[in-house]
Amino acid sequence: MDTEMLTRDAYGKALIELGKNNENIIVLDSDLSLSTRTAWFGREFPDRFFNFGIAEANMVSAAAGLASCGKIVFASSFAMFATGRAYNQFRTVVAYPKLNVKLVASHGGLSVGEDGPTHQCIEDLAIMRVLPHTTVVVPADAIETEVAIRACVEHMGPLYMRLGRPAVPLIYGKGYAWRETPLNFRIGESVTLMDGEDVAIMATGLMVSKALTAADMLLKDGIKASVINVHTIKPLDERVITRAARESGAVVTAEEHTILGGLGSAIAEVLIESYPVPMIKVGINDSFCESGSPEKLLIKYGLTASNIVSATKKVVKRKK
Amino acid sequence: MTTKAGSGHPGGSLSAADIIAALYFHHMRYDPKNSKWEDRDRFVLSKGHACPSLYAALAKAGFFPEETLWTLRKLGSILDGHPDMTKTPGIDASTGNLGIGLSFGLGIALAGRLDRKKYRVYVMLGDGELNEGQVWEAAMAASHFKIDNLTAIVDNNGMQLDGFTRDIMSLEPLAEKWSAFGWHVLEIDGHNMKEILDALDAADKIKSKPPVIIAHTIKGKGVSFMENQVYYHGKPVSEESLERALTELSAENLR
Repeated sequence: MDTEMLTRDAYGKALIELGKNNENIIVLDSDLSLSTRTAWFGREFPDRFFNFGIAEANMVSAAAGLASCGKIVFASSFAMFATGRAYNQFRTVVAYPKLNVKLVASHGGLSVGEDGPTHQCIEDLAIMRVLPHTTVVVPADAIETEVAIRACVEHMGPLYMRLGRPAVPLIYGKGYAWRETPLNFRIGESVTLMDGEDVAIMATGLMVSKALTAADMLLKDGIKASVINVHTIKPLDERVITRAARESGAVVTAEEHTILGGLGSAIAEVLIESYPVPMIKVGINDSFCESGSPEKLLIKYGLTASNIVSATKKVVKRKK
Repeated sequence: MTTKAGSGHPGGSLSAADIIAALYFHHMRYDPKNSKWEDRDRFVLSKGHACPSLYAALAKAGFFPEETLWTLRKLGSILDGHPDMTKTPGIDASTGNLGIGLSFGLGIALAGRLDRKKYRVYVMLGDGELNEGQVWEAAMAASHFKIDNLTAIVDNNGMQLDGFTRDIMSLEPLAEKWSAFGWHVLEIDGHNMKEILDALDAADKIKSKPPVIIAHTIKGKGVSFMENQVYYHGKPVSEESLERALTELSAENLR
């Protein structure tokens, strides 16, 4: 996990590859294409790229119009604007009529860093996953981003994908392999990265690599944790999540998101009906944050491997 | 329809009715047997609350039986309170949250241009709806992208839910606003069939810039006690007054 890469770079590259073979792919941006990397597609396929200026509501609604004519539309901005500025539009003309728009947002979460709390989007997963017909995906690294974007093209219907700003450690090997074993990325499934009978750590996005580190640290204390990468927040892999809860008897969730309404809440909603076990959610504790380097922010707001370790020790003690 | 439904927006439906009739019976190309025909002209009713007029036109055009009209707003009907493109044959866009339709139409227009299709998109906006900032985002973008396969039509009835537009949020100078955003502006009497049809034909011929028809209309048009009455924005005519309203409307038809 030494190499780090930008998930948005993987997005930009994947779009170009996909664009070569599929003329139906249209890409839209709202004046952030250099940051979201959709500009790369724009350079390659200028006829199929539209920059809408700083007007997210218009962009998302026009994406819906294009999709109504059979286009596969990727629309990008920062997470805060993609979801916050165009929420009603995505809800009403994308989600409700089930149109084939992929809203792929970079700069999700706290790791936006120095731009501060106005730009840090820590609530996008909550607000997008409550929308009917809507799929919500958060890749854990650049390699998973590439396969997730490919899967998007095959997936009909409204989808929100959150990417980040900073480089994050590569978890997977080339071609989406985990410890030499090639995997298939399937929207709606999760990936069990480690097995362990004492507790299940379920993480998404950049917290997945921290969960893996935490699991290694816990092993030294004799706690065997499974680690599950929940790359699809909706629909949630209920089968695997319930099985992991049943087999381990305790769950820790980890997300770069407010603890209200995101991954932890989604998993709690499932387990409360299927197999309730002691559970702790690692995430941002219902607050706006502040400016700072991503690394320092993640420490201050409790999103590190050590935070996962202490939550895990606590939850294991509560096991019946 | 709205009287039977017990709710709905008759005032803005009547102001839009002549234009919708012109589009569906004298101007647009579509196939009621194949409502998703790729080459059809599209109509986006951005002021989705005026859908009773659109539903009536679609039924008359043969997209679904006229009896269906009496199920408007009822549980299980294909005719919701606002248009649903997944449920109702002939509806090209789900609308009703104001300010979105012009952007949606812009997307259709871009797709048509990319696919070298000959179809045209017609987007009807309310004048009150022009309060929404997104309309102007779309207006700016349509002229930036040199869209000329889309015609916007403003149903300029001068009223919105809370009162006269001039009192709630002034729009004037409206023609100048559109023109400043790069649009070719046509102004007509939105209840004069010849003027409507001439403007639609003229708009089709504008090249490299989007045309907008500002249609001066009367809210509640054709029913003396409804005309220019804000009361009828979101309330149907009572059972007692219905016959009088319908008689006046049929007399209007004969004129």
